[in-house]
Amino acid sequence: MTAIAEAPIAAPVATDVTFRVRRFLPEIDSEPHWEEYTVGLFPTDRVLTALEKIKGEIDGTLSFRRSCGHGICGSDAMRINGRNRLACKTLVKDLDISKPITVEAIKGLPLEKDLIVDMDPFFEAYRAVMPFLITDGHEPSRERLQSAEDRARFDDGTKCILCACCTTSCPVYWTDGQYFGPAAIVAANRFIFDSRDSGAEQRLEILNEKEGVWRCRTTFNCTDACPRGIEVTKAIQEVKRALIFRR
Amino acid sequence: MSVHGANRLGTNSLLDINVFGRRAGIAAAEYANNHDLVELPADPQGQTIALVEQLRSSTGGERVATLRRAMQETMDLNAQVYRTEATLKQALNDVQELKRRFANVSIQDKGVRYNTDLMEAIELGFLLDLAELVVVGALERKESRGGHAREDYPNRDDVNFMRHTMAYRRSEADGSASVRLDYKPVSVTRYQPMERKY
Repeated sequence: MTAIAEAPIAAPVATDVTFRVRRFLPEIDSEPHWEEYTVGLFPTDRVLTALEKIKGEIDGTLSFRRSCGHGICGSDAMRINGRNRLACKTLVKDLDISKPITVEAIKGLPLEKDLIVDMDPFFEAYRAVMPFLITDGHEPSRERLQSAEDRARFDDGTKCILCACCTTSCPVYWTDGQYFGPAAIVAANRFIFDSRDSGAEQRLEILNEKEGVWRCRTTFNCTDACPRGIEVTKAIQEVKRALIFRR
Repeated sequence: MSVHGANRLGTNSLLDINVFGRRAGIAAAEYANNHDLVELPADPQGQTIALVEQLRSSTGGERVATLRRAMQETMDLNAQVYRTEATLKQALNDVQELKRRFANVSIQDKGVRYNTDLMEAIELGFLLDLAELVVVGALERKESRGGHAREDYPNRDDVNFMRHTMAYRRSEADGSASVRLDYKPVSVTRYQPMERKY
């Protein structure tokens, strides 16, 4: 212990923060509408904490998905102040609390209830690119080895948590009911450039179709939206280049 | 049998998932192949519907979030890694009191579509059951081992406690429920259990 007398640390004080949430209860509401809630929060609190407080203390009907609460399960993607983010990774101190913080469901997928959308179309696109290891020949008797350089080649895509922040920030995805969307292309990229995989040709054929990579208009919304810092637009460009330069 | 010994470190659940998922799937398929379908009771869905409808129609004054927070606080304070008989008894009292209060829980979302309010209420009921099992099991394990550090019994006791705790929820005639404990021997195979010296 040092002998320096320390001033007592003041207990942190919660500040009232107002949230403007786009609500839609399908059994009651004919149209979505905005509602405001004010809750006391600390600067280090997450938006998810605010939603849990609103649900627990003010209105139990507020509906949203969440699971792990620390940015790895990908359940609580939502549009916060107009930007796709994970509610569990967005801190109050990083938002302007002088005006209401808007929270709404991610766009481009059918609205189910409040902040919950139907994720089926998103996962259908994901499945369509065959996001699993495809190999030919005999099954080896030991691990499929890979050099550190080969592993690094597709590392970025392995960070994906399938939260849909990228896909539902894409203006082409919003207006086009067919486009696979950024997340599915990232998943394809992760295997196309994996030296152990031999399904690249099949995946490239799928992504060369009219719903595939050529719909991308390089707006970079997806890269900005990714809570995992994946260079999503670059991953899409890599697939385009592979299509152009393949033998 | 466990695959982690007495302390499954955080994020290591993948091993459990792989090992026991595979074993459960194989065993379930084998069972299904060798057994005829059982006769369904007259009202197989009745108990579940009653549980859901009780929560949906309840007008009691307790809120899920309040009880859940109280449960989290007592479990965090009194049934964490370092525990004693006194703290565990406190946790048991608190959890049992919360179970009584849970009977008066009501929810605001009365809908039938994606009702997270209802889901959280159902989960809380099960979590309270589980919390009780954890505490009752920990009270009876009068030793320290793995993630269970009894400050009143700091040593490992292989003579009495080299065994798995099996907890059963027993319904009483008056409608209440209690916890019955039993034990199962540890089957030692390739790796010899030994005291941690680091």
